[in-house]
Amino acid sequence: MYEKDGEKFFIVDTHIHFWDASPQNWVKGREDLAKGWIECFHAYQGLGPADTHWTIEKFMKYSEDDFEKDVFEEGKTDYGVFQSTYLKYWYTDGFNTLAQNAPMAEKHGGRLLLNGRWDPREGDAGLRQLEEDAKRYNMKGVKLYTAEWYNGSRGWTLNDPEAQPFLEKCQELGIKNIHVHKGPTIWPLDKDAFDPKDIDHAATNFPELNFIVEHVGLPRIEDFCFMATQEPNVYAGLAVVVGGLMHARPRFFAKVMGELLFWVGEDKMLYGSDYAIWEPKWQLEGLLGWDYPDETFSDYPRFTLEAKKKILGLNAAKLYDLEVPKEAQLAEAEKTTEPAAEDDAKLVEVDNI
Amino acid sequence: MSLRARVLDALGEVIDPELDEPVTTLGFVSSCEVSAAGDVTVHLRLPTPQCAPNFAFLMASDARTAVGRVPGVGAVEVVLDDHFTGAEINAAVARGAGFGDAFPGETRGDLAALRTLFRRKALVGRQARICQALAADHDDATICAMRIDELAPTPEVERCLQLRRELGLPHGGDAPALVAGDGSAIEPDQLRMWLRKARLMTLSLESNGEICRALLAVRYPDQPQEVEVPA
Repeated sequence: MYEKDGEKFFIVDTHIHFWDASPQNWVKGREDLAKGWIECFHAYQGLGPADTHWTIEKFMKYSEDDFEKDVFEEGKTDYGVFQSTYLKYWYTDGFNTLAQNAPMAEKHGGRLLLNGRWDPREGDAGLRQLEEDAKRYNMKGVKLYTAEWYNGSRGWTLNDPEAQPFLEKCQELGIKNIHVHKGPTIWPLDKDAFDPKDIDHAATNFPELNFIVEHVGLPRIEDFCFMATQEPNVYAGLAVVVGGLMHARPRFFAKVMGELLFWVGEDKMLYGSDYAIWEPKWQLEGLLGWDYPDETFSDYPRFTLEAKKKILGLNAAKLYDLEVPKEAQLAEAEKTTEPAAEDDAKLVEVDNI
Repeated sequence: MSLRARVLDALGEVIDPELDEPVTTLGFVSSCEVSAAGDVTVHLRLPTPQCAPNFAFLMASDARTAVGRVPGVGAVEVVLDDHFTGAEINAAVARGAGFGDAFPGETRGDLAALRTLFRRKALVGRQARICQALAADHDDATICAMRIDELAPTPEVERCLQLRRELGLPHGGDAPALVAGDGSAIEPDQLRMWLRKARLMTLSLESNGEICRALLAVRYPDQPQEVEVPA
């Protein structure tokens, strides 16, 4: 637990990684893709404070000691959620797979949760693997990466008929937290690859599942906000929002936070550092001390102490059934606030604005 | 005005469709060389190697078209550098082919629908800024009743009118200053919620532009934009 000014905060980092992007793990003939991917991530680290930047060598493969120091000691994380990202098209053993993350999770006895993945293009074999993974790793969530390349395909959507059995299987197995990351290479290439509309349909069809839209749908934050307002089971994953904007673009960060608090609401926003793109410490401390920069932001909802407690851990604790120590819980009266009314965002399409 | 200056002027008309800003002010034009014979070579660069191929294609293809229209220009070569689909895009643009030819089997149509979608977003986002400025000294009913002729002809307003022309929305002097997606005026009792939604669009466009600029600066720290944008 993190303590500040006598207040106790239960910290759940919903987005962490322990990856291997070192050259030994690059697929022969696809070195450019493997190198390009990690260099792109490394560039994002450049948006954080200078004293938190790593060399590209360390960034490609960091040690268990680095991880423990950054996440637990400095980052004050009570619980962390590993979001698996396989990318086996260009990383031989995967970028950070369940198998890679599992030993670390085991070592920290329950403080690290293992989220798996599935890919509808793997068909029945994929379904069987999901079932096996769910049992072996006690999975409560998955991270879906719809832009992943596979057998000549450059991506998929949650609307694809092939994806439906997987969503049904998640519901059946109690894998109730579906983290979705939109990426830039979805097929067909002539469409807006970032459009999160497929999540809207899935959220309606699978009301027992929670859909956490990672990086709040950036760069389509407007589409995401309108959707999240309509769907009670759609959440905002703040990874990248905090890391990418809070330090590098503070006024934009303020506007993004204001819009999220208005449209999505403080009960449906989840802190995530996206470690090791950025270290958690400066993000956590920054958020705890954060407020709007000036009075031009006065028509946005306030970022209260309660909102901070919820976003930094209490909301995620609900989704992942984590027990929160009494001293970090909220008093009854503080528990819920209302975001923008559903009607306000109904059928918002750009043609209708 | 030198031929190179006119070529740069033309490149200033090439818009990143996703951000609604010229490629020149975004820093995406890394070099522009004009030979004595008038042959032009333009190099484009983007914030990440994984930037969306569809938008990348539109910018490269639009750049070739814009430069090719400048009187006195000979052969035009546009090269997109350091991009994961750069080879496909460069080859297709060089032979004047469409997006579908650049990526056979990976598209269902051309990029017209995508371009229209982003023009709509750009218009909404820009109208929000105009509306916010008007709201400082006009009430909602007055704003909704305003005509284009009553707006000061700022670059923002001019860009809105261009977008309205391209989208087939009313753009004459007596058309509403602010329009909904179907071209109609906005009702005064809906203006506040319209503005809230539209302002979110502005934020999206602006923050994406900021992220792109920040990543471009990280990617090319020692290579500031070589191209001077004509005033």
